[in-house]
Parts: sequence; structure tokens; C-alpha cells
Amino acid sequence: MSQTPQHLQLNHQGQLRHFLTIEGLSRELLTELLDTADSFLEVGERAVKKVPLLRGKTVCNVFFENSTRTLTTFELAAKRLSADVLNLNISTSSTSKGETLYDTLQNLEAMAADMFVVRHSDSGAAHFIAEHVCPHVAVINAGDGNHAHPTQAMLDMLTIRRHRGDFENLSVAIVGDILHSRVARSNMQALKTLGCPDIRVIAPRTLLPEGIEQYGVRVFNDLRVGLRGVDVVIMLRLQRERMQSGLLPSEGEFYRLYGLTRETLALAKPDALVMHPGPINRGVEIESEVADGPQSVILKQVTYGIAVRMAVMSMAMTGQTTQRQLNQEAN
Amino acid sequence: MRLTIQGARVIDPASHFDQITDLHIAAGHIQAIGEAPEGFSPSQVIDARGLIASPGLVDLNVSLREPGYSRKGNIDSETRAAAAGGVTSLCCLPDTRPVLDTSAVAELILDRSQASGHARVLPIGALTKNLEGEHLSELVALRDAGCVAFTQGLNPMGSNRILRRALEYAATFDVPIIFTPLDPSLAEGGMAHEGPTASRLGLVGIPESAETVALARDLLLIEQTGVRAHFSGLTSARAVDMLATAQARGLPVTADVAAYQLLLCDEDLNGFSSLLHVMPPLRSAADRRALREAVQSGVVQAIASHHRPHEPEAKRVPFAASAPGISSVEILLPLALTLVGDGLLELPALLSRLTTGPAAALNLQAGQLTLGGPADLTLFNPVQACEIGRNWLSRGANCPFIGQGAPAAVTHTLCNGKLVYQAN
Repeated sequence: MSQTPQHLQLNHQGQLRHFLTIEGLSRELLTELLDTADSFLEVGERAVKKVPLLRGKTVCNVFFENSTRTLTTFELAAKRLSADVLNLNISTSSTSKGETLYDTLQNLEAMAADMFVVRHSDSGAAHFIAEHVCPHVAVINAGDGNHAHPTQAMLDMLTIRRHRGDFENLSVAIVGDILHSRVARSNMQALKTLGCPDIRVIAPRTLLPEGIEQYGVRVFNDLRVGLRGVDVVIMLRLQRERMQSGLLPSEGEFYRLYGLTRETLALAKPDALVMHPGPINRGVEIESEVADGPQSVILKQVTYGIAVRMAVMSMAMTGQTTQRQLNQEAN
Repeated sequence: MRLTIQGARVIDPASHFDQITDLHIAAGHIQAIGEAPEGFSPSQVIDARGLIASPGLVDLNVSLREPGYSRKGNIDSETRAAAAGGVTSLCCLPDTRPVLDTSAVAELILDRSQASGHARVLPIGALTKNLEGEHLSELVALRDAGCVAFTQGLNPMGSNRILRRALEYAATFDVPIIFTPLDPSLAEGGMAHEGPTASRLGLVGIPESAETVALARDLLLIEQTGVRAHFSGLTSARAVDMLATAQARGLPVTADVAAYQLLLCDEDLNGFSSLLHVMPPLRSAADRRALREAVQSGVVQAIASHHRPHEPEAKRVPFAASAPGISSVEILLPLALTLVGDGLLELPALLSRLTTGPAAALNLQAGQLTLGGPADLTLFNPVQACEIGRNWLSRGANCPFIGQGAPAAVTHTLCNGKLVYQAN
């Protein structure tokens, strides 16, 4: 049978070797990751924005789903760590020739890649690669189906921590399409692990997954009730397809009920942070004035994303290298 | 060949026979139970002391993959696997290529299975042409060619009107119909039971209502048309409850469940093992409990393997992209025997769910020991644990139980008096 995520992600010394999901990771490890990211933020402010931690290593960004922003930040992160970087947009190359995910990754491994950053539309794809295809290459999940987007969650956590100090007394609301959101799943797990006492999800029932209670969150169907007194609002992107599948009547009705506007934001604490994983749909889930307003930290999130990805890459590379040495000693 | 099986505990659920005795077999038939007939001199004797002799198992749901899918399995490989699982009669599904919707395909399957000779193969025909749900297959011609029942499997009917007409036509000629209820639109895109596990894993859920909505419609149309009906592979507590209610009202409907549904549940999907991708999906632990109770009470009278062998590549992909199904016919008896170990059923009752239960559901001449009847027998050691997967015979190794222990092992299988399987 398959390994549980916590065993697959950690080496025998408890260090991160793959980063697939927040589930099962300890508060200490997440805090170490945030501390490391904090230290990398300073690198981005230097004239020479490089550290030699991944010098001589090859990082492959293997994206089976298009994403300019995430791919770019991973590329920048790897380059700032001095790695050699290869970007592969697989959705337009080998899979259309009938090559399987298994063969594609095995071929890349044969080119002596040290790390795969993978985005794929199937939930569990990164897990599959780490377990069955390339266990000796560090695998970073850059988003798999509706399952997890752990680097996005950690950059959201870094954003919150840098603006609010810690998670102990915070109320955080996640608003919108929770059902299809890997960001929401990873964020709920990260907030819980880091000790956030009040996590709220706000959505109509059609956009909430079955069994949402398992995350230890409070569910609100009314934005105007759910936003009351929160410290942080995380808005989610709404895909246009949702209207076709009968989940929502129209964009207009969704915006009227769940859109973050100056009026609804006023229900939160006066200095509440406004976050969004991007790309934003202005006038669908968020009002332009709010997205560009003084409480918005949406662009900060992008900046912090590079530091978080540097932290994840350097930690996973260390963990994987240590595991290889442990294996060699054992032989 | 004349054969004597000495000193086995012979259990025949059909006749409530259960004692330690001898079986004497000649010309493929059971000649005597107990004393040998006068002048009977066996050419082979099996010392079966400590073993249990049961009627050969009857498996109502097996994909043989031939014709059309030889990379997944073929009649020879999969019937050989069935014999190792103690199965002597199996119903094979019409999901072949070409689909089993003509007499020619039925005859091909019967010819090849007779040539292989490992198990009795009883084809299930496609209810509609190419399983497309639009035009009826030639049910009578297929019945005359050897089909014992008809099904759409998981393929939808074009409309409720076509389904109703198909059932009326089938009722005219008294051919049984097998239903696996799953509403295609409620299940669309789904790959796992809709519940907390699928939500956490980000797998698209299949709600219980995908099964119960289809089941409710099927039950109403069965009642209206009077067709003989069997449900294969029910998965949810509410579905077996609806079935029990229908039976209590006097509707003569029967059902089987997949053996693996009695052992696994959706929580096992943590870790995304593609081997656990099955359709209909593994349901919740509460559903599993209800299925086990339904098997115990007899509301579900048969346990079937729902054997779906696959080539390695079909499972060497992420969960969502993998082909659903478990290769399980060759461990049907060991898997089912765990229910005895769990205290759910006494051994004779468990064996009835694997022999007389399924045989009665489709009115098959199988699953019991009768003097002068065909010598279809399974011998197994009830106390010798075995490791699943040693000497695996099915072409499909897509089985999550491989490497695990099982409480008992089949030692011999006889089909028509011929020794078709013997453990090393």
C-alpha cells in the first residue's frame, strides 16, 4: 500500500526531502521553513541577488498545467539559489505524443536532475512521482489538481506572519470556491498547524467540499456574518466554468453575495489584511479598489513567494542529499 | 479418471451437509459421498484430512478481457487464476472488444474457455448493442448461444424509456438482467466516494445518491415489468437498505457485493494508491459495515470478485488517471474467509454466499454437491495462512492485497472432476 504523506515527505532524520502537502508536517518544521524564508527575503533586496546553496544542482520545473506566475517565481527562486534551471511545459510537448507521466519523469531523471517542481491537473500527481517514479529526486508540489498547493500556503503564512507577528490570536477568513481550491485546502491545514484559533470558510454550499469540518474550521454561508471582526481575508479565484456546471447562477450574483468590496471589507477589523493567490478577477470576487487598496498585500505575496520557494528548495535539497548519504552508509 | 478425496470436512450449504467423509469421483461426476460404490478403485487418492471440501465457488462478476484486451488478460490466464481462487463457475462480463452482443462472440468465449478447461465460463451478454444503450441486443439468440444473463454494466441507457422497453422484452423471455446502479450524471468526473477523504485528497467525489437514485429507478422498473433482476456490486448502506425494503415487499431481487468492498473503505485512499481506484468506488467505513451486515443477514446473498485485471501501465499513473479495478478472482476464497475469522459468519453460511447464493441468483446449475452431478469442488486448508501474491497467475497484478497474509489457502480445485488447480 502507499505510504502516508508524512513518511514520504521526510527523511529518516525528520528533514524535508519532498514537499507535497502541508498535511502531516509539524509546527516546528513549518516554522523553520518560515524562518528560512525570512532570511532569504533579504537576498532579494541585495544588489547581487544570489546565494550559492544549489550551485551545481539542476532544477526541472515540470508544468503539466499552464501557470506563468508560479513557474516564474520557482524559476527565480532556483536561480537565486544558483541552480541550473530547466523549464518544461509538458502540456504542449511529450504527453501529446502519447508519452506517459512515468516515462517523461524517468527521462528527466536520467538527465541527472536533482529536483522536480511539478504542477499537474491530477490530484496526487506529485505524490505519485515522489513515491513511484523518482524517489531519489526532491519533488516539490507546485499544485496538484484540487489537492494541495503547499508553497502557496506557506507564502500566505509568511505574509500573515510578517504583518501580524504570529497566528495565536488571529481570525482568518477564506472566501469563495473552496471546493475546487488546492490553495484553500493547504491554507486550512497550515493555519491549523501553526495554531490559528479561528479559521473561517465563507461560501455557498455548492462550493464547499463534503466533510469540511475535518479541517477544524467554522463554516459561514453569509459573507456579511463571516467577515465580522476578522484579521485576514483570503479571497479565492472563481473560475468561469463554475457557472456552466450549475454550481452558481451567475458571476453577478456571486459578486453580490461573496464579492469583497469596500463595503463588505468594512465588516472586518479596520486594518484587516486582504490576500489573494492570484490571478485576480476584478469585479468577480474582488472589487478593484480593494485589490489595489491600502489593506491589500496581494503584490507582497508575490515577493514573499520567491523567498518561500527558495526556503522549500534549499531545505528539500538538503534533506534529499542527507537521505542519499544515509542510504550509502547503510549499504 | 477415478478419484477419491479422503477424510475432508465436506460442507454443502445447499443440503446443509457438514461432516468428515470421503468423496468418490468418476467420469467427471460425484459417484458417492461416504462409502465407495462397490468395485470402485480410484486411480488417484487425495489425502484431504484437515482440509475442507466445498462445492466449487460461483463468481458472478469477472472480466476475462478476451477478446480485445490481451495486454490485461485472456481467457486462459484469468480462468487459471479463477481456479486458484477456488472458482469453478464464473460469469464473464460483456465488456470485451468487440462487445459481447452477438452469438459469435459468445461462441468464441465458450470455445476458448472449453479449450483452456480451467473453469466453467458462463457469459453475460450486453443488454444493448455495443453497450451504447440505444438498440437491444438479440437477447434470445444470445441466450441460445449460452448467455445466462444480460447487463449494461456501468454503461448508461440512452433513456429511461429504452430501459423500460428492454426490461419488458427481457421479461417476455424470462432472461435475467444484472444491474450495477450508478447514475452517470451524478457520478460524472468522479473517482472516489464523496466524503471527507476525497475532499482532503482533492479527488472528485461520487455521491452515494449516484447509486441510490439509479437503484430507485431500477427497482421501480423491475416491479413494473416483472423482469428477473440481480444487482451486482452494491456499495452503500442506503442501497442495501432499499434492497432489503424491496425484498420485504416481495420483489424477488438478489444482489452481490465485491469481496474487496467488504474489506476496504475510502479511508484507505490516503496515500493515493492507484490500486484502490475501483468503480463503483470504495465507500465509507459505515457503508462497509452495512454491506457486511447485509451479507450476514442474507439480504446480499452473494460475494463476487469483480475481477478487473490490468496491465501495469494502467495503474502506473496518478490515481485520477488510472484505470479502475482490482485483480482479485484468484483470492476470492481467501478474502471471503476473513469474514469467518472476523466472526461475521460461520463457515457453512459464508460458503453459501460463494456457492448456492450466487447460483440461485441467476438460476445456475452450480454451487452444490449432488450425486451424479458434476464434480466441481474446492479444497482448502482453513488453518494454513498464506501470503497473497506468491505464484500469482492472473495477468493483472493490480491487487492491493499482494504481499499481505490471508487466513487460508486453496489446495485443490476440481472442475468437472478434473484437477484444474493444485497448490505447490
